[in-house]
Amino acid sequence: MRLYVAVAAGGFRRYATYRMATAAGVFTNTVFGFIMAYTYIALWDERPQLGGYDLSQALTYVWLGQALLMTCAMMGGGFEDELMERIRTGDIAIDLYRPADLQLWWMAGDLGRAAFHLVGRGMVPMMLGGLAFDLALPLSPLTWIAFVVSVALGVVVSFAVRFLVALSAFWLMDGAGVMQICWLAGMFFSGMLLPLNLFPGALGEVARALPWSSLLQVPADVLLGKYTGWGLVRAYAFQGGWALALLAAGRALQSVATRRVVVQGG
Amino acid sequence: MQGIPGPPRLSRLSVLSNGLRAYGLIAMMWIRSTMAYRASFVMTALGNFVATGFDFIAIILMFQHVNALGGYSLAEIAFLYGATGASFGLADLVMGSMNRLGRRVRDGTLDTLLVRPVPVLAQVAADRFALRRLGRITQGMLVFGYGVLVLNIDWTLLRVLMVPMMVLSGAAIFSALYVAGAAFQFWAQDASEVQNSFTYGGNTLLQYPPTLFAKDLVRGVTFVVPLAFINWLPALYVLGRPYPLDVPQWLAFLPPVVAAVCCWLASLAWRAGLRSYRSTGS
Repeated sequence: MRLYVAVAAGGFRRYATYRMATAAGVFTNTVFGFIMAYTYIALWDERPQLGGYDLSQALTYVWLGQALLMTCAMMGGGFEDELMERIRTGDIAIDLYRPADLQLWWMAGDLGRAAFHLVGRGMVPMMLGGLAFDLALPLSPLTWIAFVVSVALGVVVSFAVRFLVALSAFWLMDGAGVMQICWLAGMFFSGMLLPLNLFPGALGEVARALPWSSLLQVPADVLLGKYTGWGLVRAYAFQGGWALALLAAGRALQSVATRRVVVQGG
Repeated sequence: MQGIPGPPRLSRLSVLSNGLRAYGLIAMMWIRSTMAYRASFVMTALGNFVATGFDFIAIILMFQHVNALGGYSLAEIAFLYGATGASFGLADLVMGSMNRLGRRVRDGTLDTLLVRPVPVLAQVAADRFALRRLGRITQGMLVFGYGVLVLNIDWTLLRVLMVPMMVLSGAAIFSALYVAGAAFQFWAQDASEVQNSFTYGGNTLLQYPPTLFAKDLVRGVTFVVPLAFINWLPALYVLGRPYPLDVPQWLAFLPPVVAAVCCWLASLAWRAGLRSYRSTGS
């Protein structure tokens, strides 16, 4: 356990090193936040209460999307590049010799990364958004705690998906294509482009049932106070269920894949 | 400038042709290497096509709930979207690799490029040339085609000519932003995202009609970072729509001039950045 805490702390520190990159990322998130906020204002101007949100809730959703984009790695950009590269080059053999579990090792690092991004790239754009627009942020600290738990579950779901994608490199060697399809799905079905409750009919129902809704839609609704009491428990169960199922799938794939490892040369 | 083909001018021309030739060779090499993993290429090209399509699908989904956004119909937004998408797609295909300059500065691999007898800009721009980015251009063109087919544009010769002028000048302005952003990375080293806010962010901004945005923002992208010349000004002329700012209409014909000035400024920034480059390990 202490090992994984150390790995997570390492993940946090590693991203904290790139201060200039973080500042640049904050700038980008803010720019995109502004562009999206204006389009949402135009949209909610035509149709107030669209999707059950009022305008300030919709604007909060926009800035939450920017805050969680990197945290939940909706467009990728976590450990998966590195893991794939290690699989491709064969360095993975060294990892498998280590007295640590492959999946837990990478998950700890990814949680550390996510924690840094929540602070480093989430809070500042959110505050800038709050200065420029009227946001519907909750006052109750309990809601904030509930939100952080939901974000953590979202990060685990995101990790579990990306772990599966990275392992595909055992079979494909070059996983760039799968990775791209993965972040496309993440982008679209997390609700990053448009809240999932604005998706029409069956598309909306499917989108809300897929794991990616754990990345943004569910945490956002938790923060906006849409889930309380048993509703909150159900939301957590949804995220936790996907997390467990995907982690188990990753574990199964891992054991099949490691049996395939062929170490070349001497 | 006086028309005398003196040696400096000739050499500048040969530098240009040398650079273009090098660009072509490096790009071809990357295309061949991409084709080694053909399945992956098909997937990434398709992914590129779909990725850029998703934001238009989001706009279509918005129009499930409304009939107009900022007073513009879906087809008009498709026109704006397609125009900037095609321009940005072209610039991204040709110059998209400039993003990686910061990494090269950090890890010192830029040095290898400096000792080769080939312009550094051509080497950096062609580095990892990604043919899959054709997906973005295709998608932009298709949406543009949809807009043109559905809209009842009062086509005059001027308006017809306006379309290729707009797309090509727009591509040149976006390319200048890529080069200027890369020049900035000589100092900032790992700030490629700042560049992304102007290129990707600019592209996203221009997909929507200017009436959505605060006047100050529109002023900023008209007169400071001249993004509005990429599509807003020329496209609104073609659509017969007024520009939300009180500006003379001939501004809509300026994109080639603006593009030339942007490219010139970007080349100055690039040279200044390259001169100030100190390798790593000091």
